[in-house]
Amino acid sequence: MDSDQYNLVPEDQQAVILTSMLKQVDVAVQGAITDFDAGNKEGGVTSFDLEAGGVDYSTSGGYVERHRRRPGRSEGPDHLRRDRGSHHPRGLSAAGTERDRMNDDVGDASEHAPARPPVASPAPPAIRLTGITKRFPGVVANRDVNLTVAAGSIHALIGENGAGKSTLMKTLYGMHQPNEGTIEVDGEAMSFRSPSDAIAAGIGMVHQHFMLADQLTVAENIVLGAEQTEFGVLKRGAADAIIRDLGERHGLPLDPDRLVEELSVGERQRLEILKVLYRGARTLILDEPTAVLIPQEVTELFANLKALRDGGVTIVFISHKLDEVLEISDDITVMRAGTTVASVKPAEVDERDLGRLMVGSELPTPSSERHTPGTEVALEVDHVVLSADGGRRLLDDVSLKVHTGEIVGIAGVEGNGQQELIETLLGLRHPESGSMSLAGADLSHLSTRDRRDAGLGYVPTDRHREGLVLGEPLWSNVMLGHQGRRYRNGPWLRRSAARADTVEIIDRYDVRTPGVEVPALALSGGNQQKLIVGREMTAEPNLLIAAHPTRGVDVGAQAAIWEQLRQARSGGLAVLLISADLDELIGLSDRLLVIFRGAITASLDPADATPEDLGTYMAGRRQEAAA
Amino acid sequence: MNAAMLRLRLRQALPSLAAPVVAVLLAAALCGVILAVSGHDPFSAYGEMFSFGTTEGSLLVAANKAVPLYLSAMAVAIGFKMGLFNIGVEGQYSVAIVVAAAAGAQVNLFPPLHVTFIIVVAMLSGAAWATIPAVLKVTRNVSEVISTIMMNAIAAGTVAFLVNRWRDTSETQLIKTKEIPESGWVGNIAQVSGAEKLSAFVLIAAGFGVVMWLVVTRTRFGYDLRMSGANPTAAAVSGVNPKAMTIKAMLISGAVAGTVGLPVLLSENIFHRYTQDFPTGLGFTGIAVALLGRNHPAGMAVAALLFGFLERAGQGLQLVDVPPEIVTIMQGVVLLTAVIAYGVAERIGEVQLQRATARELAAEREKLEGAESTDEQVPS
Repeated sequence: MDSDQYNLVPEDQQAVILTSMLKQVDVAVQGAITDFDAGNKEGGVTSFDLEAGGVDYSTSGGYVERHRRRPGRSEGPDHLRRDRGSHHPRGLSAAGTERDRMNDDVGDASEHAPARPPVASPAPPAIRLTGITKRFPGVVANRDVNLTVAAGSIHALIGENGAGKSTLMKTLYGMHQPNEGTIEVDGEAMSFRSPSDAIAAGIGMVHQHFMLADQLTVAENIVLGAEQTEFGVLKRGAADAIIRDLGERHGLPLDPDRLVEELSVGERQRLEILKVLYRGARTLILDEPTAVLIPQEVTELFANLKALRDGGVTIVFISHKLDEVLEISDDITVMRAGTTVASVKPAEVDERDLGRLMVGSELPTPSSERHTPGTEVALEVDHVVLSADGGRRLLDDVSLKVHTGEIVGIAGVEGNGQQELIETLLGLRHPESGSMSLAGADLSHLSTRDRRDAGLGYVPTDRHREGLVLGEPLWSNVMLGHQGRRYRNGPWLRRSAARADTVEIIDRYDVRTPGVEVPALALSGGNQQKLIVGREMTAEPNLLIAAHPTRGVDVGAQAAIWEQLRQARSGGLAVLLISADLDELIGLSDRLLVIFRGAITASLDPADATPEDLGTYMAGRRQEAAA
Repeated sequence: MNAAMLRLRLRQALPSLAAPVVAVLLAAALCGVILAVSGHDPFSAYGEMFSFGTTEGSLLVAANKAVPLYLSAMAVAIGFKMGLFNIGVEGQYSVAIVVAAAAGAQVNLFPPLHVTFIIVVAMLSGAAWATIPAVLKVTRNVSEVISTIMMNAIAAGTVAFLVNRWRDTSETQLIKTKEIPESGWVGNIAQVSGAEKLSAFVLIAAGFGVVMWLVVTRTRFGYDLRMSGANPTAAAVSGVNPKAMTIKAMLISGAVAGTVGLPVLLSENIFHRYTQDFPTGLGFTGIAVALLGRNHPAGMAVAALLFGFLERAGQGLQLVDVPPEIVTIMQGVVLLTAVIAYGVAERIGEVQLQRATARELAAEREKLEGAESTDEQVPS
């Protein structure tokens, strides 16, 4: 729908049109809300009466805040009403369904908008941070940071783990206060004491780890904490209408009635974005939004973000994936060691330049050197079938082999059985047919503990959930998964052996920590990941299941982990690599398998496959099946 | 590095050691306000409590009262370690004590053996009573909080039924079980007067504490238990069978719970039999002691002694016409202040850890940067 309208008007006017179009819809929705109020009082008539909008655009509150003020019909600013009235004669009538009216109004807006005066042309920057310094006890997390984000642009903030990106964004989102420096939003100096202050100023944050209630519906999650009630009763209809409208307007369609647990990762992210838009955000902060997405979802997200930007929303995009940053952003700010080191335009730089700016040295890439695997079979999975409760096949006749000294990569859209395959291998799920063997020994009837003891190493998908006990010291975490064999002496734990190994892992894998006694939670994500990789390698497994081994780690650590994996492979280690990072899959794997809807659908030689090929292949499969 | 690490650990531990002291002082102050408001002089009341509570005899009684509380707290703590909230200690010990009393009266063995026999019967009975919620949890996913509370109610009825069945009809009309022969009694290790004595059971309880500490911190089983409590998913991935672990933790908790009434039955109670006025509520107080002692064997010992002392010292209040119930209030208030104090201590510890970590890393970074800059000067 949106794209059709773009073509109706010259390109240079599109932004103006879209902005005013959005305002029209905004007004329409607000009108609907007020109407619901009014209508209920007047006898239950509800409609999208544009005349009814009493919305003051000079303030920045979202739907909710505006609604809380509950402007009465007569309180609306006169100029707005006249304005709207002249453009929307039909708005005066109370006929038609909400949906039809919505669409009509949007259409109207695009036709009429060019005639309207342009909206505030030389806009001040949406965000301007000047000289921000944030000290934590004993450490300066941000030092003299300057960041200017132009209104209606996509601004990427990049830097290694620990460069201070998150600290800066927390400052901007009011989660803590800077020691020095000023925050300006739309040219106005601000001081946020809490996230609610930031939200009130139109800043919304989409966290990397979704904060959603699985058991609630999309609509319930969106309104949670900002519910609109009448006499203490939740107004469901109004929320649904707003959500549908927001979704449609921004190209983020989501059925308000679906349960969150049914949503894919990409849809959950869309929901998080809708959540902040619902609260009236005009500036979105996205914290590593692509970390959890697969290529197709990334493409979709980027389309969404561009549509949002074109609709006047400002986006701050935090990432350390350089190709994505170059693709999506209008401006790039690079952070290193707590401060901003450069602001560049994507057209002026390439990945290598950005990498140099970020780490101060050359960017590592997975080398594609070939390697001949051994002949011994380390893992054999033979016709394994696993079904969900409803009978849907989670793993559909999966057969694969991993030889010693071989890395077999599993590529696929997330949610196509990768996690189920891992859990089946670990013995956490029990297949109804098929067999598995590790180094020739049958696994089928072994418990998880026996499988781990038999030499099954696992770098988990989600390190906090599966890989670490955050409150425990590092050496205790090193025992995790190996307490059954390596660190056991009869019934006793071999604590000193664990401590010794931890010291070695810290040294070999460059884990930055003051010592082995600190709890795992004191480490940054990248260092936690290095600890886990080190732990699994040190135990000398027969097979290593490496699920997203470099997810969320900085480029330096990523190169180190890749190198460790490659070395171990050369030393005869068998690795089953599950990843969403196609560069990683192609760069490391000796053989690539594609998994789709629980079945292995392709086996490729990574030497011939490019990320584009693989991505297209995976996307092609999905489209084919969806059609 | 090691010395620095030790200092760091100490600094981390200090707030959590100071927390209970602060909590107790705060609770005393709050109860002082309550006393003052209700028209009593808090200073004379506390003075009386202190002078009465610190006589040699009173201290023995306090320690003696602490023993069942300690056992009860330990039972609760074992559940807590794996994330299970066993509120059913109350029911588990009341059923176990009746069974143990009846079984103990039936046999006549060589003294240490007889006591051991009674302890084993009590532990098995407690474990058996805990099996029901454990199985419900594993098979039907019934919350152990709900099921153990229900089991407490069922236990009360079961106890009445069993006592009646195994009733000793001789002598009085009192409902009681048969007397345990002298070989099953546990003597005193110290005695000032008739009622002011300390049972040798304190040694058995201390032994339990040491075993619990060893098992929890030094064995693979204890590690599995703790990891399951702290992060069930990670524990399952590491090879812990969550269902088996739930059953084991619940049974061990129930077994320890079974011993809670034994100090009373085998030494404190001069009748050496189960009577209807057998103390109740030890299982609930144990939850408070476990919370105050942070589930640590040593911490819970201190907490149990504190509760024992408060109970004993509270009896001195009657001398100055202050209702001894103020002690119950104080025990409750201590719990609240402890929760707050521990929370604060945790934050302080975290900040200190953060600071120390940051310092270490900053030093390292400087070192690295220094090294890098020298590297760069060397032509490669």
